[in-house]
Amino acid sequence: MKFLKTAWTNIRRSPYQALAAIVIITQTFFVVSLFTLVIAGSSKIISYFEQSPQVTAFFKNDTKQEDINGLKSQIQQTGKAAKIHIVSQEEAFQRFKQFNKDQPDMLELVSPDILPSSIEVSTQKIDDLSSIATIMQNDPHVQQVVFYRDLVAKLESWTNFLRKFGVALILVLALDSIFIMLIIISIKISQKREDIEIMRLIGASKWYIRWPFVLEGIIYGFIGAFFGWILSIGVLLYSSPIISQILQGIPILPVSPLFLLEILVLEFVFALILGLISSYLAVLRYLK
Amino acid sequence: MIVLDKVSKVFGTGDAGLSDVSLFIDKGEFVFLVGPSGAGKTTLLRLLIRDTLPTHGTIIIANWDIAKLPISKIPHLRKKIGVVFQDLKLLPNRTIMENVLLPLDFAGFSAKEASTKASEVLSQVNLSQHKDKFPIQLSGGELQRVAIARALVLSPQILLADEPTGNLDSDTSFEIVELLLDINKAGTIVIMATHNNEILNKVKKRIVKLEKGKVVRDDKPKEHKTQISAKEEKKEPA
Repeated sequence: MKFLKTAWTNIRRSPYQALAAIVIITQTFFVVSLFTLVIAGSSKIISYFEQSPQVTAFFKNDTKQEDINGLKSQIQQTGKAAKIHIVSQEEAFQRFKQFNKDQPDMLELVSPDILPSSIEVSTQKIDDLSSIATIMQNDPHVQQVVFYRDLVAKLESWTNFLRKFGVALILVLALDSIFIMLIIISIKISQKREDIEIMRLIGASKWYIRWPFVLEGIIYGFIGAFFGWILSIGVLLYSSPIISQILQGIPILPVSPLFLLEILVLEFVFALILGLISSYLAVLRYLK
Repeated sequence: MIVLDKVSKVFGTGDAGLSDVSLFIDKGEFVFLVGPSGAGKTTLLRLLIRDTLPTHGTIIIANWDIAKLPISKIPHLRKKIGVVFQDLKLLPNRTIMENVLLPLDFAGFSAKEASTKASEVLSQVNLSQHKDKFPIQLSGGELQRVAIARALVLSPQILLADEPTGNLDSDTSFEIVELLLDINKAGTIVIMATHNNEILNKVKKRIVKLEKGKVVRDDKPKEHKTQISAKEEKKEPA
């Protein structure tokens, strides 16, 4: 406790150095939080598409029910379909209403007659999707075939890229944070060199002198992590309406508060490691 | 008990700080360390607290061989030896009370216990009224007493005072010496480096004189001479 008090006093006595350390760590943790949210969101989008019907055929508006049933039985006969669902014009309208419940103006413009019926098919094996899609495309009543496999693959490759880019960026920022904290704590040790020498001469142990500096690094880490997290939540809340609009119907928002707390806890652990590494390097270098 | 056996110290520059110094200082002794500037008084005191290592020879304090003491044990040694440094080495940004509390804090005393001990020792050196002041607000004599209080607060077995009367007027110098004599009466070994002849003439205690790093005079009690001679004879080849 007394070391914590000394560390806190050291921080208060040189506020600009402390501010520099906190700002750089806040940046690091802002990026960490943001990438965690983006990657978690992307994974959720991918899993949404993976669980959705994997191939959907939209029928022309004048298609009769028996033609739709014909295509259904043709697909069933292949034995490759795991699930087949026919979406009537009425059901399509209900779904449309659900997706656009916040935009009554749009609902007024749409009636069930203008929405197409469709058939949604999931297959046991992802490799069978192409043959099902071909059957659909060859049907004269089908207007458009939406094939989610390509979308999922594209999303996965984007998420992988984001993950790699995020990790690289976080590593660079973490290194920056370590070096900045190392420099700041080293400056503080130099400023207190005379006091440290006196304390050694009158019997202070090595760790009595080192602990406040190590704790100082950890405190910078925690404060920076907290502010970085708060900032990222601010950005998330601010951009939520836009994200909802872009990802209509894909349920990734709101982000669970528990998940946000988990991110904070993990960031505190990361901050502890960053603070420990930088302050320990500083005391090893300057307080042998 | 302090034993220095043929201790030499040669600095990195090649200058000899001490040459072949042997001393035996028994429990409860008061020793004046005298000699001109550069004679090796401060070097000897620095060796006793392992602030520097001897080039040759052995230093024994309370059964510890100082040169062989592991680094981790140095703080333990320094808690047993109180030091009044020539330049006092008080922390300027801490109050008098906080300066005196420091060694107690190192030793792990609780805040309450430490505060009681520090108040007691400040009262012993007659500084209770200044405990919340900063060093810059005190006179030279008062600062010396603060340094003595800090050196005494852990009730050390040995007290080293490096020219504690250096910049003080005669009356204040004698006040400081009186204080050191009182501490010595309680059983603490006191080694005081000085070149104040007025004090040496008035206070009749053992005098060890150093010149160019060598002991040139040692008015030690007879029994000590006998012990060291016996030790030296034992080492001499037959």
